[in-house]
Amino acid sequence: MTSSAPSSRRLFEHELQERLDVVLFASPSHRSIDRLARSLEPLTRCQQEKVLHWAGIATRTNAEIGYLLATLAPVAFEQLDDEGFDAWVIAGLDGYDRDGLRRATELLRDVAGFGAARNGLARVTYAEVEARLTRFIQGLSGRPLALRSIGSDSAAWTDTESLFLPERMAERPSVEGNRRLYQATAALLWAQTRYGTFNADIDAAITALPDRRLALDWLSLLEAVRLEARIADELPGLAREIIGLHDAWPDVLTPALPRLQAPQATVQDSLALLPGLVVRGNKPPKFTLVGTLDPTAARWVRADRIARETKVLRNALVALKGVGGRRQGGEAVLDIAPGDDGAPAVRVDGEVVALPPEAQAAAQSLVQDLGELPPEALTPAGPGGWLPTDKEGAGPDLINERDADWRYDEWDYHRGAYRKGWCHVYEMDVAPGAAAYVGEVSARYRTLINQIRRRFEAVRGEDRTLGRQPEGEEIDLDALVDAHIDRRSGIEPSPRLFCRRIRSERSMAAMFMVDMSGSTKGWVNDAEREALIMLCEAIEALGDDYAIYGFSGWTRTRCDIYRIKSFVDRYDETVRRRIAGIEAKDYTRMGVAIRHLTKLLAAQPVRHKLLVTLSDGRPDDFGDEYRGTYGIEDTRRALQEARRQGIRSYCVTIDRHGADYLKHMVGPAAYTVLDEVAKLPVKLADIYRRLTAN
Amino acid sequence: MTAANSPGLVAELKAPAFEPYYQPVGGEIALFEAAAARRLPVLLKGPTGCGKTRFVEYMAWKLKRPLVTVACHDDLTTADLLGRYLIVGNETVWMDGPLTAAVRAGAICYLDEIVEARKDTTVVIHPLADSRRVLTVDKRGELLQAPDDFMLVISYNPGYQSILKEIKPSTRQRFVAMEFDYPSAELETKIVVAEGGVDEALARKLVKLGELTRNLKGQGLDEGASTRLLVHAAQLVSAGRTPDEAATAAVARALTDDADMTQTLHDLVRAVF
Ligand SMILES: Nc1ncnc2c1ncn2[C@@H]1O[C@H](COP(=O)(O)OP(=O)(O)O)[C@@H](O)[C@H]1O
Ligand SMILES: [Mg+2]
Repeated sequence: MTSSAPSSRRLFEHELQERLDVVLFASPSHRSIDRLARSLEPLTRCQQEKVLHWAGIATRTNAEIGYLLATLAPVAFEQLDDEGFDAWVIAGLDGYDRDGLRRATELLRDVAGFGAARNGLARVTYAEVEARLTRFIQGLSGRPLALRSIGSDSAAWTDTESLFLPERMAERPSVEGNRRLYQATAALLWAQTRYGTFNADIDAAITALPDRRLALDWLSLLEAVRLEARIADELPGLAREIIGLHDAWPDVLTPALPRLQAPQATVQDSLALLPGLVVRGNKPPKFTLVGTLDPTAARWVRADRIARETKVLRNALVALKGVGGRRQGGEAVLDIAPGDDGAPAVRVDGEVVALPPEAQAAAQSLVQDLGELPPEALTPAGPGGWLPTDKEGAGPDLINERDADWRYDEWDYHRGAYRKGWCHVYEMDVAPGAAAYVGEVSARYRTLINQIRRRFEAVRGEDRTLGRQPEGEEIDLDALVDAHIDRRSGIEPSPRLFCRRIRSERSMAAMFMVDMSGSTKGWVNDAEREALIMLCEAIEALGDDYAIYGFSGWTRTRCDIYRIKSFVDRYDETVRRRIAGIEAKDYTRMGVAIRHLTKLLAAQPVRHKLLVTLSDGRPDDFGDEYRGTYGIEDTRRALQEARRQGIRSYCVTIDRHGADYLKHMVGPAAYTVLDEVAKLPVKLADIYRRLTAN
Repeated sequence: MTAANSPGLVAELKAPAFEPYYQPVGGEIALFEAAAARRLPVLLKGPTGCGKTRFVEYMAWKLKRPLVTVACHDDLTTADLLGRYLIVGNETVWMDGPLTAAVRAGAICYLDEIVEARKDTTVVIHPLADSRRVLTVDKRGELLQAPDDFMLVISYNPGYQSILKEIKPSTRQRFVAMEFDYPSAELETKIVVAEGGVDEALARKLVKLGELTRNLKGQGLDEGASTRLLVHAAQLVSAGRTPDEAATAAVARALTDDADMTQTLHDLVRAVF
């Protein structure tokens, strides 16, 4: 930025004086250049050059400002970093251009105020980075990790399933810097889960040490050193960013660096180095991006996960073996060996078979946690192999004044059988909402709706040409040639010589199943309603048959299905008001809703049938019976039943924390997770278009 | 009704002269050879850009048979596959379509992305794909018995989500199905080195990037980066672009139009290089 100064030596007072004389050439002679030069002498060369540079520029605008900023520079450098200093000068000059000298002087003198405002501007909140960071971490890890925020003064940490990050980061002087600080912090936590920080019993390892807090602080730091090196091997770009965001590791660690940074280093190396550091009693220096450790919380979560994944794997093996009911009669001979890339190599009767995706994911997760697959995970689950913790209670039975409209079976995975007529379904219309709502939304999204319409009309517009027609707008050359040949060979030529364009017959019916559970209250509900309006506009343009139903409920004895638009209803005022009236009700018992709507859809006399579910999280119901595995297994079962009836399903889920259960629940390639509610209105119509593309 | 009045195609059909580069990933070569020996048709399932086409090219070379490839699309008619009469001067001449030509020549006929073809078109392959092994050329009233060397191969990408684009069970059940997926990191690195002309260190990073994008499948991306895209990025690098530029152009922008997703892919590109 300056023209001279290749050396980094500080300028002495007399040198500064000379340069200032040149730079502030127009300054009134009574000003004391000596004093100014003396005050600038303690600054670094880089800072001195900055002052001279800016003072020169400012002086050309106004001599007073040039002098003032040189005088204030030492104070400014105490409070601002280099970037901040530049910004401060520019703010002053802008003030002069806009409001004159008085304003510029005021602005420049208020260095403290400027610094405070600037830090406020550079501050980044968790909410601002959440979506981008979630996607980034999802990209890094095969295993899903949720992101959550904690108080802004707390240190970041992970329990190996969620990453907990401070509400706010303001340490760096720029927004981009603080965003990267977030990313680096999250990446180091991800690395703890990826490179086995919790694969040792940390609690046991540190009990002998005098100060637990101190020990954990040092361990966090040692692990950060190790993990940074691990990241550098696989993701050098990311490692460079992390290194650029923190000061050098403390000198006391220098002898330990080679050991920690070696490729084969594990958490055991960090633990081995720990006593030497803790015994001295010194606190480690603080690095924001290093965070902290809670080994106890992590141990529970990890143990839970290992038990869960072991179960998934063992069940998959049972299914392969045929005990699970795939093959009646004789069992297959199963030969399982841990493969080198994490997934076990399985042979059934000597033939290599692939594990289902959820079992592969479970195997990889186990390898990540344990370094290898434990033998117990490789033995198929026996009959009745469920753990007692699987048992969950039912909610209370509610008494209803009218009999259920329908009853449906529900899949109980504990028993591996259906509970007959278990769920009571009531079907009713959504109470009409505000008449003006749909109009308002359509007005707000007019451009978007027009775009969507055009795109959908383009899909519909893909007409087909029928050849060999008795009449039509074009001549069919193939037919003409044939006729020509026939005539020559003395055969009577066919008069069907024309092409006719016809609209391609889509023969499509779609059922949309909308989550009206309590958790959708607020934002999600708004997004759902808006999404449905766009969707209706779009499908109307296509002319496909479609229906929309909401679902919610309160235990198995009251599963409510809300009619919004049946297949015979038109998209008219009544339907519009029902869309407006969609509101958050109770719980999400998904299986039964799928079964009921599947039945309605299956009755449609069309070739292609599509069921789209829209929900904001996992299946759930009052009481803990449906929550968790039970609900997921029942929903999965209901979707399989639909498939057997020739219905394709697609699940759209709004879940900011990712949705690890979905892959298992809906099968591969049949769902979308939206991390931002705001995207739903645009995305839903798009998804439909893609799903039904010609 | 012999091949004599069929100009062009048949005479030109020859087995590939050079060995195409193909990196085997499992038992696929032996399985394909077995299918060929037993005159069974083959269905290759797998995402786009994972080496299906290359594999068929390689097998044609290995089995010393000509290869006829047809990229299916929704306007592909039966006549496009079987052939049609043309008027040449004052005469009508029959011109074999690619499928007919392949049957006559005892070639491998590869129908790429079969679901793209119109449903009525796929029906003509049915009698070829079962034990009859015959092709009916209606227009000429001809019934062609496929020679032993003729082999039908079709490919299909199950990742397509459109319900209008599913392969019909009646079609799929005639084929020996082989499942393709992206190769392991080790093998994919080899492929990127060989095809992209870059060193192993860079190939490894590109493969890493591929893996990261595949983690995002279903979480905002319909598909992760294919081997093909990684090869493209490598080729851009060997043509002098920086890895960052190459990966952004060949991978990030090729995968999505969504602004947020592009940003995430860019974050991942930065992390890898
Ligand atoms: N196993 C492999 N051996 C050699 N090259 C491969 C292999 N897999 C993928 N490729 C590379 O990827 C590119 C795309 O593969 P291709 O066969 O066209 O994919 P697909 O037919 O599955 O869409 C090829 O041009 C080649 O460069
Ligand atoms: Mg291909």
